[in-house]
Amino acid sequence: MSRSYLKALACAAVLALAASPAMAETVAIINARILTAGPQGEIANGTVVIRDSRIEAVGANVRPPAGARVIDAQGGVVTPGFFATGSQLGGVEVGALGNDLGVNNPDISAAFDVSYGLDPSSTLLPVARLGGITRAVVMPEPQDGPGGSHAHDGSDDFAGSGPDSVSHALFAGQAAVIQLAGTDILVKPRVGMVVPFGNAGARVAGGARGAEIVALKALLQDVRDFARNRDAVRRGNYREMSLSIADLEALVPVIEGRMPIIAQVHKAADIRGLLRLAREEGFKLIIEGGEEAWMVADELAAARVPVLVYPQSNLPASFEILNATMENAARLERAGVTVVIESAEGGAHRARETRYNAGIAVANGMSYAGALQAISINPARVFGVGDRVGSLEAGKDADVVVWNGDPFEPLTQPTALFVRGQQMPLTSRGIELRDRYRNLNTAYPPAYTD
Amino acid sequence: MNRLRAATAAVCVAAMMAGCATTGTSASTSSTSSSSPPKPLPAGLSDDRRADPFPSTYRPIGSAPTAIVGATVFTATGQRIDNGTVLLRDGKIERVEAGLAAPAGYAVVDGRGKFVTPGIIDAHSHLGVYPAPSVPALSDGNEVTGPNTAQVWSEHSLWPQDPGFNTARAGGVTTLMILPGSANLFGGRSVTVRNVPSRTMQGMKMPGAPYGLKMACGENPSRVYGGRNQSPATGMGNVAGYRAAWIKAANYAKKWDDYYAKLEKGEKADAPERDLQLDTLAGVLRGEILVQNHCYRADEMAVMIDISREFGYKISMFHHASEAYKLADVLAREGICTATWAGWWGFKMESLDGIEENAGLVHAAGACAVIHSDDETLTQRLNQEAAVALSAARRGGIQIREEDAIAWITANPARALGILNQTGTLEAGKRADVVLWSANPFSIYARAEKVYVDGALTYDRNDPRFQPRSDFQLGMGIR
Repeated sequence: MSRSYLKALACAAVLALAASPAMAETVAIINARILTAGPQGEIANGTVVIRDSRIEAVGANVRPPAGARVIDAQGGVVTPGFFATGSQLGGVEVGALGNDLGVNNPDISAAFDVSYGLDPSSTLLPVARLGGITRAVVMPEPQDGPGGSHAHDGSDDFAGSGPDSVSHALFAGQAAVIQLAGTDILVKPRVGMVVPFGNAGARVAGGARGAEIVALKALLQDVRDFARNRDAVRRGNYREMSLSIADLEALVPVIEGRMPIIAQVHKAADIRGLLRLAREEGFKLIIEGGEEAWMVADELAAARVPVLVYPQSNLPASFEILNATMENAARLERAGVTVVIESAEGGAHRARETRYNAGIAVANGMSYAGALQAISINPARVFGVGDRVGSLEAGKDADVVVWNGDPFEPLTQPTALFVRGQQMPLTSRGIELRDRYRNLNTAYPPAYTD
Repeated sequence: MNRLRAATAAVCVAAMMAGCATTGTSASTSSTSSSSPPKPLPAGLSDDRRADPFPSTYRPIGSAPTAIVGATVFTATGQRIDNGTVLLRDGKIERVEAGLAAPAGYAVVDGRGKFVTPGIIDAHSHLGVYPAPSVPALSDGNEVTGPNTAQVWSEHSLWPQDPGFNTARAGGVTTLMILPGSANLFGGRSVTVRNVPSRTMQGMKMPGAPYGLKMACGENPSRVYGGRNQSPATGMGNVAGYRAAWIKAANYAKKWDDYYAKLEKGEKADAPERDLQLDTLAGVLRGEILVQNHCYRADEMAVMIDISREFGYKISMFHHASEAYKLADVLAREGICTATWAGWWGFKMESLDGIEENAGLVHAAGACAVIHSDDETLTQRLNQEAAVALSAARRGGIQIREEDAIAWITANPARALGILNQTGTLEAGKRADVVLWSANPFSIYARAEKVYVDGALTYDRNDPRFQPRSDFQLGMGIR
């Protein structure tokens, strides 16, 4: 009856979209509370106009252009698309089957570039979109380091513990920014060099955290020598280098201060040590993890080092994070640190939960506006795409999400979502499974449903 | 039916025997029979139907009568009471009613603008057996030494100083079932605990809560033991392993039944040799130990149900159960609960079809849905995980009320753990396990403000005196 009619309508809409994915059009989203995450702040009741792939106008007094397709938000909320930062999206399908983000190869460490192996047809992308995610910062995974997926059913301790012989490689490789739509999802490659520190860094450096710093200094000296003597090194007329030429080449932007090191680090003392190292060696620094970053907040703010946090961390799960607290994000914000909120467990299958993590940060003292920025404009800026995306501003890419309420609330759902102006159907493999099995009493087996 | 009746008789005999054990001397002196009466077995040699060798020493913390007034109350019996009053007295729920004024002599808690629910029950936790810090010395949750380790009890690995108990309580969790891991076909016994700080495991152990038996379907056992080139290496090896164990257990149970029957008739009888592994399995066959079955796939659940029929036991709950929605009608018919997540999926093949709507679809089919954590972080916000599941259901047009969905983390886990007669709802006479929330618990901003266990204030978000810390955290770092 009416439900099947609605379903037919929805199917038709999906088919129409599929048939014309890149159709240029003008869309006006009206009657919306607009959280721009940009200079306009919050607009209590306004309109967002999307023309083709860009935002054309945002404001309280914006009129829908003639001929525009109008979406009535019915008093709901409009936000920029959110970022999944520290993500595996596009690089993983089933956690236990491995991913395309970890390399154990003595000739490819710093040179590893995740952007070459990403899958635009991953079923995880539509799932993440249902959580309002339109962009992700995909990061390589250190060998025997933190992160990665693990089976969450009490099987962790027999899941295998990485390679037996850890390579001397300190570098996990280079991160990339992607968009969650289209056949070419790459937005910007090589946005940062991931390096594990603390316990994980000690493991790859031979056992002690101090050894890693020494090793890193020596490696960066090699990179400097390489940068000044490229031809000699390539011809083999130079002393032996500790890294492959590809790895040395990849690290040149790091010593030149053009590519940040994304330091996976947790303990306050290690963060302090890194701040000193970054000053001495002249590289840009981003802290990822940073459970004890709040204890170093003023120094991080002064050094303008952003911190990527997971707001749920509050247990002394290791001796590196004895001072983990859910107020980390709030305390960093108060000190003036740029905060980015990540989702959990590699931010792939659970990337859709990023918005709840923003809410959890708010419940633990962060400002609402700050938490919104921490999943939109802050990651965009930190990873070098803030001029194109991350906030609702005229001229930016139209990554726009319409919600039926506060986007941080689980009881809220998106009602429309655009990636670079392209409206994406709000469906996923999970939704198809739901629809296949919602009625178990059918004449034919469920496999005959679409 | 026959089996059930026999089991009941056996339980009665056991109760008598237990009585004998405590009054052994008087029994022997009053004996008038010329033949020497059978001596009761020493407790350690008797099968498991006697008294618990590790008895609970839990005692509720003393509390004054308390009235929470003016709150929105979800009773977890399907009721939502606006402007509700909840009276706690002598550790029990005394009364739950709209508009009731606080009686004289009651400590009054202003609940206006706030919400009250039963204490949250986490039906799947590894706190204490996989504690923080996560270090090898304390990671004691999986006896990965053989596919059948029904002889191990999670309570013997439980470290009561796990700081995770405190953070779980701050999330409203008042009761948890602590399970062994899932490496084995039979992982061992679970234990249900009250979430109070304690020097000992026994000081947390919930009186009157039945034991559970952790069983595991699927990828974990076959991966672990197949990787060692031993059985089970496949799904079919798993099933052969369960069935072989149940055959042994049934034989063992019969030996003890025969033994007790002979004793009852005054005949001479030699006690069978006690076997801890078979004790636990026989406890399941007698209906005393509840099967808690880690099982992701619907087709595997159907096989497990057939095995339970073949050997005459009941599965209390499928855990993780990512595909329960594909079998919701069967689970409803069989009265088997489903403990699942909303957000977890895709971390392995058997979880690939996990969907956010799982709990909602199971609920809509009339089956018992439970949201569990299996995680020291998620256990702190089971209310929000339930909200995610509820929201997904509504997104799909399945209308479920919040006053019903609250049962997913309270009444339904209580049922699956066999403790619904004690806790899980706000009903007069039950343990006063109560949470006062700062906002609707289905909101991301809701925080547990006060958490009562058996009527005692065990956590107060606004009062450091009621924010206990584990020994481990003393002198370590900055608060």
